[in-house]
Amino acid sequence: MTTRTEVAGTREARVANAAFEHLLRLADDRLVLGHRLSEWCAHGPILEEDIALSNIALDLVGQSSALLALAGEAEGRERDADALAYFRDEIAFRNVQLVELPRGDFGFTIARQFLFDAYSVLLWDALQHARHKPLAGIAAKALKEDKYHLRHSSDWMLKLGDGTAESHARAQRSLDELWRYTGELFESDAVDAAVARQGIRVDHEALRAQWREMVADVLHRATLAVPADGPMATGGRTGCHTEFLGHLLAEMQIVARSHPGASW
Amino acid sequence: MVTRTELSREEVLRILDSVKDPEVPVVSVVELGIVRDVHVHDGAVRITVTPTYSGCPAMRELEHDMRAALEARGASEVAIETVYAPAWTTDWIGAEAREKLRRFGIAPPGRAEQGGLIALVRRRASVQCPYCGSRNTVLRSEFGSTACKAIHYCNACEQPFDEFKAI
Repeated sequence: MTTRTEVAGTREARVANAAFEHLLRLADDRLVLGHRLSEWCAHGPILEEDIALSNIALDLVGQSSALLALAGEAEGRERDADALAYFRDEIAFRNVQLVELPRGDFGFTIARQFLFDAYSVLLWDALQHARHKPLAGIAAKALKEDKYHLRHSSDWMLKLGDGTAESHARAQRSLDELWRYTGELFESDAVDAAVARQGIRVDHEALRAQWREMVADVLHRATLAVPADGPMATGGRTGCHTEFLGHLLAEMQIVARSHPGASW
Repeated sequence: MVTRTELSREEVLRILDSVKDPEVPVVSVVELGIVRDVHVHDGAVRITVTPTYSGCPAMRELEHDMRAALEARGASEVAIETVYAPAWTTDWIGAEAREKLRRFGIAPPGRAEQGGLIALVRRRASVQCPYCGSRNTVLRSEFGSTACKAIHYCNACEQPFDEFKAI
């Protein structure tokens, strides 16, 4: 029988190949969120939003593809972006739980996107100056795209929060539900310490402070309340996920796994 | 039957200038700034490209078209390498290509934002209608038919139009 430790890897193994681990974290956040967003394709509330959410999904999946290719090189086991996206099991995914939660209603999707976009813009802004040049290149490019995403989700937070009583209530409820999944974005562990020595340094505490300020500013304008900090969900970065990720991956991976090596 | 010939760097660039973006068929991959560099050595052609958007579905097709165009002209060995830095910017699109976009009905991009994080509450200047030239236009959606475009509406001539987003 295979144990969880063998599949998810030990702490020692994660630190031994810290660059691979770190790149997977960046890639998986975007792959899973991109896939979640793509579920809106042909289901958007209005045509423009259908197009917008699908466009954002494409950007995120595109970013994850570049990051997975880099992760595969760091790992050195000949796994390319497709192998890493389609042939890893749930327990080997390193995304935060925030991005795997079901899409909910439009308000929930937008609230999650806003919380993630604000984090992502700040993260890329820091990583574009990383000494690790290939990652810095991807960061500078992704930053341009994510600024558009953040403008889009911020605009919608204003419209929903400062809109009707119904849209306000739904936006606030979504934020309250999502808040406990935001702690994971700013966690820092031995993998972060190890990659810092390899030219990928992120000050998560500083990032959290900037993020809070940015999020509070928009929520205030949107007449929404910043939820109170309570216990935070954790585990995604080491392969512990909610029950929702497995279902998402089953749908995303079924074709590639049923027809390995197929091309079209 | 195509005869194998050794193309010069200038010839390669000229051939690539005939390869158009499938989504914007009036401007070439060279005019868009997707082709960053070309090296020719012993008949082998090496092209360095950079994607417009990370998720642009046209990139794979463009690479295929570039390869096909060069092979049809006798290139025997074509390698295409993707680089991410420096990140693609619409500022690389020249005046002539911008005019081609406008005549095609796509408002050309303004200046790309420099540095800074983001103005969350934005007051974007209105974009000039490519059909009638009016500035009495409104932004309908930041996201359009392709990753690189936004949708606007002209109140003067009552037409929707695309804008090539400044990035």
